[in-house]
Amino acid sequence: MRRFFDSPYAVVLVLAVVVAILPLALPSLFYLRVAALICIFALAVVGLNLLIGFAGQVSLGHAGFFGIGAYAVAIGPTHLGVPPWLALIAGAAAAGIVAFLVGRPILRLRGHYLAVATLGMGLLFAMVFANESAWTGGPDGMPVPRLEVFGWRISGPWSWYWIAGVTLVIGAWIAANVIASPTGRALRAIHDSETAAQVLGIDVARYKLIAFVLSAVYAAVAGAYLAMFDGLVTPEAAGFLRSIEFVTMAVLGGLGSTLGGIVGAALLVLLPQLLTVFHDYEHIALGLVMILVMIFVPAGIVPSLATLLGWKRS
Amino acid sequence: MPEFLQFAFSGLTVGAIYALVALGFTLIYNASGVIYFAQGEFVMLGGMVTVFAHAAGMPLPLAALTALVTAVVIGLTLYKFAIEPARGASAVSLIIITIGASILLRGVTSIVFDKNFHSLPPYAGGEPWIVGGAALLPQSIIVLAGAAAIVAALWYFLTRTLTGKAVLATAANRLAARLVGINTNAVVGLSFAVSAAIGAIGGILMTPITFTSYDSGTLLALKGFAAAMLGGMGNPIGAVVGGLAVGLLEAFSAGYISSSYKDAVAFLVILGVLFVMPNGLFGRSGVERV
Repeated sequence: MRRFFDSPYAVVLVLAVVVAILPLALPSLFYLRVAALICIFALAVVGLNLLIGFAGQVSLGHAGFFGIGAYAVAIGPTHLGVPPWLALIAGAAAAGIVAFLVGRPILRLRGHYLAVATLGMGLLFAMVFANESAWTGGPDGMPVPRLEVFGWRISGPWSWYWIAGVTLVIGAWIAANVIASPTGRALRAIHDSETAAQVLGIDVARYKLIAFVLSAVYAAVAGAYLAMFDGLVTPEAAGFLRSIEFVTMAVLGGLGSTLGGIVGAALLVLLPQLLTVFHDYEHIALGLVMILVMIFVPAGIVPSLATLLGWKRS
Repeated sequence: MPEFLQFAFSGLTVGAIYALVALGFTLIYNASGVIYFAQGEFVMLGGMVTVFAHAAGMPLPLAALTALVTAVVIGLTLYKFAIEPARGASAVSLIIITIGASILLRGVTSIVFDKNFHSLPPYAGGEPWIVGGAALLPQSIIVLAGAAAIVAALWYFLTRTLTGKAVLATAANRLAARLVGINTNAVVGLSFAVSAAIGAIGGILMTPITFTSYDSGTLLALKGFAAAMLGGMGNPIGAVVGGLAVGLLEAFSAGYISSSYKDAVAFLVILGVLFVMPNGLFGRSGVERV
């Protein structure tokens, strides 16, 4: 058991089984819809976890990349006549390129400075989406056309559950590969001490950039999915609160744990569905979760549980 | 020229508020090494509590005092229950905790009060004076004078009182300060209280000019942070100069370039400072231990 859970691929296997079986256990389309939402958010968090959990670099602006993906599938088909699936790929690529260009200078910063720079970056993206109303529909947002692949119109929770679920499994698998590779070891070395990693001959800037670009692409794909699933995108997709939501999900589930990110996403997506009053208290709940988790279970739920159950060396 | 003066007036006015936020950042950073992301929320609290206490029938000075006390109590509570238990945690943990505190304060404000925009009547007449062809609001003078008074009081406190010197000593070297008998825990707590008070005063001063709402704290924190960085993190004089500079830059770019992107200025300042002079205008360079 212990050896099994120490392998990053174990999570992928468990996840694939859960995603395949889950629809059988869900009583209605409403739950399937929630499950699809969980998969979409989990995808973004799995990517962000590579950056925060493994490389140890905080980003308070990842909703910006989420927004790039979301607006790509809105603007591409509406204004440019690009088919939605191509817009999705273009959006992911655009987020990757933007992350590459922004990341090079931004990732030279550390700790608090990086947090503030990414926060500003996220706000800047949200500002562009809200202000360029000729393209983005301004603060009210714009409709997103349905995804069409080979003449098939994809809509509804059923299709989106499978698309998001399969993408999440693939995303987790790619993350597991990255973690198990020399890149993953380099990222962990950077997390422990940037200076020490540099002394060991690790190209710190390069590896941080790899994690940043990867996490941006994850966020953009998730953003595109959510926009197509909802059929609508607003600047809030790229807003500060969304960024904070991602970080909270990653922190709650456990930084540095792919499964943790998914569990964190599941909990924070489920909470408002279970408690309808939650919407008014969203800020309070997010804030409290962030503070309490950091003080009482700094490792996050999944790693703490795993240690408690003896599945993992502490 | 009148146009230029007009932008300068409004830039200095908001700049004074940014300077106060930056001063709050600086005090806490010096005492504890924490960058307190919730600093902007105290400006918001100062404004919101005053608005609602005044609307409930309190005379304005009493309402302002209520806001000040509320902010200090909340500042101390957050320090006691959120920051202190996490002492020694990594930078990432502290960032998440202070952001959490900031979101929490927003949420509580939106529930206790509401999510609308609010303003206050000007404290001394709404009729602007015409100076060199530009309109100067009496409230702008109040903001600038208030900010100057706070800076002067803070300077007096830090350099002329024993407690203030204890704060400086703790900032310079915590262990050494403790060895000479300074209660460093109390000093750090005091810094959080004073920062909350400074933020709240900023909010009370600016609310008659700029609107306030439950979510106005984040941008203020970002701009205050830009100001603190421009001046050199941890340097009080730098914080004031940086605040005024960010305010002026913002006002001129809003006036001459585009007003819809004026909030981007602070961000560009942060990036510019980080790349051109990472230690700010008045900062010193540091060495990292592995």
